[in-house]
Amino acid sequence: MAASRVQVPAEVRRGDSVEVKISIRHPMESGFRVDDSGRRIARNTIREFTCRYNGKPVFVARLGSGIAANPYLRFFLTAAESGQLSFEWVDEAGERGDALASLTVVG
Amino acid sequence: MKRDASPPIASAHRRRLIVAGGAILAARMLPARADSAPLPAIPELDAYLAGRTPQLGRLILDLPRLADDGNAVAMRVTMPGPFAQGEHVTSIALFSEKNPVPKMAQFEFPLPSERVDIESRVRLAGSQRVVAVAILAGGAVHAAIAEVVVTLAACLDGS
Repeated sequence: MAASRVQVPAEVRRGDSVEVKISIRHPMESGFRVDDSGRRIARNTIREFTCRYNGKPVFVARLGSGIAANPYLRFFLTAAESGQLSFEWVDEAGERGDALASLTVVG
Repeated sequence: MKRDASPPIASAHRRRLIVAGGAILAARMLPARADSAPLPAIPELDAYLAGRTPQLGRLILDLPRLADDGNAVAMRVTMPGPFAQGEHVTSIALFSEKNPVPKMAQFEFPLPSERVDIESRVRLAGSQRVVAVAILAGGAVHAAIAEVVVTLAACLDGS
């Protein structure tokens, strides 16, 4: 589905707060807009976004039409073990998207 | 010639004045912050609070005081720690006073998080107040209010 960009630090120390930034390409159609022929464009926003750290959910965002198109999220998680961050989201049309990032924990 | 002897003091005084002036300017440019104003009347917010009275002051909601484009307004919500055992933030919800869908977002922390600091971009249908509500694992409820003037509203209502 939608393309996305993820940014996490290349290397972090155990116990540090890790800044995670993600931006997802999605129109976040509010359902209040009309097309050129006057027909209402169906509402379709990303309704749920989940970030998992080594399989465990650490951050969940439930979004709606109040979030700007191409949603951007920035949050923090606590570094424990090296491993994988997986991001998954689903919109109201049922379309899913995902992204992966690896986190290297030193010390 | 006597005048030339005094400049060190005069210039120090002037410097203080400049610093003070700068501080006043900086204070005026600070983004909208939570204050002790009562919560705006939003039915969805009342339903979410379910009779609980949130504490104001600890949760911080940063939105620009003036937003040119309501289609994308930078939003930051922070809750300074440290959090006692069993007192971590479990969720933060955002409510808009004027949007057709008042509940804009809800963020959840399935595991305790040391640093609660979320940034995103919101849509705002006109000048209004925005409320953030944080719920802690122990049941405490915190809120923050930010007032935003929106020059160009997000066309959320089709007008």
